[in-house]
Amino acid sequence: MSMHVEGQGARIELVNLEKQFEGVVAVRNTNLTVQPGEFLTLLGPSGCGKTTTLRMIGGFEYPTGGSILIDEKDVAALPPYRRPINTVFQQYALFPHMTVARNVGYGLEMAGVGKAERDRRVGDALAMVRLANVEKRRPSELSGGQQQRVALARALVNRPKALLLDEPLGALDLKLRKAMQLELKELNRETGATFIYVTHDQEEALTMSDRIAVMNEGRVLQLGTPAEIYEQPVDRFVADFIGQSNLIPGTLEARDGDRCMVRIPTGGLVEARLRDEPAVGASVVVSIRPERVILQGQPAESLDGSIPATISEIVYLGSYNQLVLHATPDLRLIVTAPTDMPARPGDSVHATIPSRYATCFAAE
Amino acid sequence: MSAIPAARSRRFSLGSVSLTVAAITVFIFLYIPLAIIVLYSFSGEVVNVWPIGSYTTRWYGEMWNDSQIREGILLSFRIGLIAASIAIVLGTLTAIAVDRFDFPGKSLLRFCVVLPITLPGIVTGVAMLSFFSIMGMQLSNRTIIIGHVTFCITLILNNVVARLSQIPRSLDEASADLGATPWRTFWRVTFPPILPAILSGGILAFTLSFDEIVVTLFLKGRDATLPLVIWARLRRGFSPEINAAATMIIAVSFVAVLLANRVSKWAGSS
Amino acid sequence: MASRVYRTSAPGRARSRWVALAGLLTVPVGWMVLFYLIPIGILLVHAYWSVKYPEIDHTLTLKNFRTILTIDLYPRVFLRTVIMAAGVTLADIALAFPLAFWLAKRVRRNRDLLLFLVIFPLWSSYWIRIFAWKTLLGTNGILNSFLQWTGILHQPLSFFLYSKWAIFIALTHVWLPFMILPLFTVLDRIPDSLLEASSDLGAGWFATFRTVILPLCKPGLLAGGLATFRLTMGDYIAPTLLGGPGDQMIGKIVADQFGVADNWPLGAALIVPVLIKISLLLWASNEAGATERTAV
Repeated sequence: MSMHVEGQGARIELVNLEKQFEGVVAVRNTNLTVQPGEFLTLLGPSGCGKTTTLRMIGGFEYPTGGSILIDEKDVAALPPYRRPINTVFQQYALFPHMTVARNVGYGLEMAGVGKAERDRRVGDALAMVRLANVEKRRPSELSGGQQQRVALARALVNRPKALLLDEPLGALDLKLRKAMQLELKELNRETGATFIYVTHDQEEALTMSDRIAVMNEGRVLQLGTPAEIYEQPVDRFVADFIGQSNLIPGTLEARDGDRCMVRIPTGGLVEARLRDEPAVGASVVVSIRPERVILQGQPAESLDGSIPATISEIVYLGSYNQLVLHATPDLRLIVTAPTDMPARPGDSVHATIPSRYATCFAAE
Repeated sequence: MSAIPAARSRRFSLGSVSLTVAAITVFIFLYIPLAIIVLYSFSGEVVNVWPIGSYTTRWYGEMWNDSQIREGILLSFRIGLIAASIAIVLGTLTAIAVDRFDFPGKSLLRFCVVLPITLPGIVTGVAMLSFFSIMGMQLSNRTIIIGHVTFCITLILNNVVARLSQIPRSLDEASADLGATPWRTFWRVTFPPILPAILSGGILAFTLSFDEIVVTLFLKGRDATLPLVIWARLRRGFSPEINAAATMIIAVSFVAVLLANRVSKWAGSS
Repeated sequence: MASRVYRTSAPGRARSRWVALAGLLTVPVGWMVLFYLIPIGILLVHAYWSVKYPEIDHTLTLKNFRTILTIDLYPRVFLRTVIMAAGVTLADIALAFPLAFWLAKRVRRNRDLLLFLVIFPLWSSYWIRIFAWKTLLGTNGILNSFLQWTGILHQPLSFFLYSKWAIFIALTHVWLPFMILPLFTVLDRIPDSLLEASSDLGAGWFATFRTVILPLCKPGLLAGGLATFRLTMGDYIAPTLLGGPGDQMIGKIVADQFGVADNWPLGAALIVPVLIKISLLLWASNEAGATERTAV
């Protein structure tokens, strides 16, 4: 029995959305469009406004400015029970005095669906989240992972056009979390509903999302696919927040369009793609991911972009090695390398920064 | 190394024994008067002497045949049920307001609600008496009920607020998210968990009302509740069926408190 | 059709919240104001009126307060009541401590049952228990006949009843649960490890009691002491049933003014200082967090 929504998932638009709490601006002037059926993640550190934004879409907070359009209809003034979307809460919020069946069927009951059809759809929803034979149990008798699935089923059984998920996997152990991430992605495809997901875990965001909106201090800093966010961070914060980055300080030597040359503390020059608008001579930071740094025993053909350094530490991480290099006592580089690489602490190496993967930002 | 722990435990056990003895003595002291009344309600003597010569259940029979006492029992039950019911309504409404809303004067309100039961009964009785007198209201069972409700509200209020505060706000949000209006959310999500708290508070309110005497003395009309009947006879001198009637009150209280306890324990399991 | 509205902070919602709140509180608050606060107010006003038999004269006067302060009887009764309250409080502390400590620290099984048994007297009529003491202490009562039966006495002693001691014993007994419970709560919260550490560091039981247990019990003692004190101050039943003519307490005198003596203004004037003092103490202890009669 298909749990696909009628038609397609909702298109959700946030227009100049703003939320103030007693003088503190939690969400500033945010504009965002979520495409029908996509899996979009709001990613950011604690307090960045992602949960507030989600709650405003769900109707649990009312914006102090702007509007929220679900399929072209402004719902900002509507209470949650009049919005065609459902939410999965962080602590699941299952009704403790009701059985699983009644919990899952609650939304259907409110919509006036008859008992026979309710039971059928509840069964389908529980099957969809791979939970069997728990209808008669109480939430307190279930494990965390099971409760999570019940919360999912309770939301999905109503075939909402959009599903809002507020860090639902936080309480699960690592393995279960990883399994659930894939399941959620599948559910997104199966149902066709638009999923808006909130998390502070950037790995999770990269795994599951069609697009990610990186937020900080109430603003969306960058909206893009996981690859775009990872490879082409738009500013220093995003570069630092997503994955690991080496941040090499330097001075801007020359610039030409969106390319630039940076003089780094070892004396060498590094070419990078330029973001921000620093002036020549200003302090800047070059960001390069550990896995993009190329290690060689000898200096590269052109001395530019190549940094002599010593290996301080080799950390074995199972599928790869993480090397800590020191070019100067203050300049540290983290580099990944295959585990069978013949390197040892104390060895001298040359680290090359390929200009294609290096980004230059203005220093704070 | 093993000598020291032994010395310590020896010291503990000597103190322990005297502590236990003291504690149990106090416990017995706590129950002697109640035990005496119950015991002597079965005494065959007409006065309370020791030792008891013979035992009988005759006083219970006399008590029940005594129409004044019988009507007192019925009236006490009626007043107790009505007062508890009204207190339940008022207490629950207030509890919801206190738990779900922030408003100026909230702690003042809670303080005022607790006053009638913490200030001496005589204050409540006398204040209401002067009020009814100024208002020109005649004293009757109605005034008794009003008096009882007033000091019973806090019982339900505290019970329900305590239970309400355990319900996370996310449950309300989940209910709204799933399509329930606030009215439906209240009855389906908020009310079921607080029902045991309401009931156990109400039962305790009934108990307090059933055996209340001080406020009742000031607010009574023509009819007499069971405590009033007993009190009147006490003032005149002793008659043995008083023990029986008092035992009955004790029994009702005991059953009610036990019931309230069970009801709120049953809540804890959900 | 898209409506791109800007300032949508759902103004209707704030208003509907106030409506809901008003709907919830109107009846309860109205009840409290009408049937309690206004009556208290009227009682307070009565203190400034006087009696012109058989009517009450509504002209404001301080006559009653002058009466209370000048006629020797009233301050004496007030003092007697305060002393009784203090005595009962101390006695209750002494009695409650062993039981509360035993329950909190020594009892492992059946604790709930024992707690229930301690709590139950709180809810059964206190006046019945006071009347039980009358039975116990009277000339034809149990104590006397028991003493005669064992041969200690040859004649019943009337000293037991209708005396300060009868009131004292009865009130100590009746308010005991009010002291046991807060003490129990507070003692229960003291981790055993604290007591073990104290003993480990060389303190005997008395030193441990004085330096560790007693200070931590302060909130419980405060709550319990406040309860026994104010309950004794306002009691009417014990002096009526168990007191002699020289043992009057405030509660009885006030009740008489509203009863046979028919001098309501004087009764009001007598009760008002008690009322105010107790209310202030309650408010202060509320702020300090002492709790009242706990629900079962």
